[in-house]
Amino acid sequence: MDLEYFLDEQQKMIKEIARNITEERIKPARAELDEKEEFPREIIKEIAQADLFRVFIPEEYEGFGAKCLDSCLAIEELSRGCCGISITYAASMLGTLPMILFGNDEQKQKYFPKIASGEHLAAFGLTESGAGSDAGAIKMLATRDGDDYVINGTKQFISNGGEAEIYTIIVLTNPQKGVRGASAFVVEKDTPGFTFGKKEKKMGIRASATSELVYHNCRVPKENLIGKEGTGFIATLKTLDGSRPGVAAQGVGLGQGALEEAVAYARQRVQFGQPVSSFQAVQHMIADMATQVEAARLLLYGCARTIDAGATNYTEEGAMAKLFATDMAMKVTTDAVQVFGGAGYCRDYPVEKMMRDAKILQIYEGTNQVIRNDIISHVYKRKAMRP
Amino acid sequence: MNVVVCIKQVPGTTEVKINNETNTLVREGVESIINPFDTYAVEEGVRLKERFGGKVTILTMGPPQADVALKDCIEVGADEGILVSDRAFAGSDTLATSYVLSKAIEKIGDYDLVISGKQTMDGDTGQVGPGIAQRLGIPFVAYVSRVDDISDGKMKAERMVDEGHEIVEAPVPCVMSVSKEINVPRLPSLRGKMKAKSAQFTVWSAADLGIEENKVGVAGSPTFVMQIFSPKRERQSEMLEGDSAKQVSALYDKLSEMKVI
Repeated sequence: MDLEYFLDEQQKMIKEIARNITEERIKPARAELDEKEEFPREIIKEIAQADLFRVFIPEEYEGFGAKCLDSCLAIEELSRGCCGISITYAASMLGTLPMILFGNDEQKQKYFPKIASGEHLAAFGLTESGAGSDAGAIKMLATRDGDDYVINGTKQFISNGGEAEIYTIIVLTNPQKGVRGASAFVVEKDTPGFTFGKKEKKMGIRASATSELVYHNCRVPKENLIGKEGTGFIATLKTLDGSRPGVAAQGVGLGQGALEEAVAYARQRVQFGQPVSSFQAVQHMIADMATQVEAARLLLYGCARTIDAGATNYTEEGAMAKLFATDMAMKVTTDAVQVFGGAGYCRDYPVEKMMRDAKILQIYEGTNQVIRNDIISHVYKRKAMRP
Repeated sequence: MNVVVCIKQVPGTTEVKINNETNTLVREGVESIINPFDTYAVEEGVRLKERFGGKVTILTMGPPQADVALKDCIEVGADEGILVSDRAFAGSDTLATSYVLSKAIEKIGDYDLVISGKQTMDGDTGQVGPGIAQRLGIPFVAYVSRVDDISDGKMKAERMVDEGHEIVEAPVPCVMSVSKEINVPRLPSLRGKMKAKSAQFTVWSAADLGIEENKVGVAGSPTFVMQIFSPKRERQSEMLEGDSAKQVSALYDKLSEMKVI
């Protein structure tokens, strides 16, 4: 019996469309894009043409409703092929979230249709050299000057940096107040004073662009403020709550992809006169991998459905899904390499890349250590009780 | 720019089975797909619509189930589909098929361009495209690999020939067949899938098109298949002996003898 996920018709379509892109476009190209550290422009165009960027945009702005599970299904299927490509999609969603949550109608009208069509990518800028897991330690400033704000400082490790047109960044408008003085802004590429620093050379997700955002007396009109002055940190927390299921979806897709590769290889690799898939040592390993992938998927879908049902506080659930799915992805991809043996360690097969890609999932959008802090504070608050 | 794209459903397999009694393809139990060469025609139609405006109408002749193929075309950007279907058409060869399709295109009436794939994967003849053009009395441009422009009642395009490329100009309306070099067909989109889900297609019968019955079906098809078989591949080889100078000279003599140089 096939496991029934009770997806609605739109969700089934999204899954099928994204799967098609993975099979037809991503799988044949992923090794070369990884090797050359090349941004996947043609594939992003195909994802745009297939309307997948519309999935995370509200219906009023030419989107398909911005349902959490819908977006997660798209990310999961794309990640089954390559997390270096799915991150570009997911980071565009991340960059859009502050405006979905706190933006005004004018901002949404101005930016969303082009993000929905995929003509513009978005990016989110929070991390600085002195502020990673400790997001409250950001130092970048935006100073009010008449009807404008003047932005100065550097953001680091920004996915889609240099490739995106639309950047939502978190900076301090009132440094005396600390995080209560943080505000969110949208800054367009090509704004004078806004340039890009070095492009990072990464271990994995090498098809993606990660770079510094450098602001030197960059002037933006006050209309670019998202929400109000001082709401930047709340916007950050809510944005990460909304995006962590997406990272979990990357983990689920990546784990699924590695599992499929491991099973296919184990059935055709012969040792001691029989396929290695017939050895109990390998069978138990693969059984564990399959169970872990499924557990992560069900945790993710449960979390996404809770969000779509209208839950207002889902920090803990999103954090749990992100933690479990990404630790699972690291474990399952490592085991996939083990099933392949020496061949898996070589770049002729996709599993070594999958293992390199998995590592970042445990690090970005909250290291899994910081994620555990989020979880424990909620577990203690509710005294571990569930209704 | 109104474009009519002609497509055909073919068996989705590389292991084609032949009914030895009727010498026709066995279609039972084999999944049908759009003839792969036709997918380039559909994509080009959609691209031309995106460039010049207008609409893309997909036309296919086949059994009622062929509407699945029309749905597939809506998923990748076509606007509407017409199915030409009648028991009287069963067994039609390329001559009869091009007659039926040309009657359907005449009934559509408002068109600037008719596009087909260069040939089908099952029949492999490449005859229906030119057949339609002949019946409609308009030019046919084969193996188009790029459409440069369509304006002032003329199409400028590049077509592939054995020796390379030709740049050609043809008055529109015309019929063209496209080669697979012309584009990379897009994958289905979410909006396309939603549109396809509720799409309704026009179905035309022989009577709707004013078809003369003796020109279609087995009776209207002069093609008679005597035998179908896989050709045997035969290779002869001969090893040349001696040092390279001697081998080259021996090879030269042999090739001269065979009159290939």
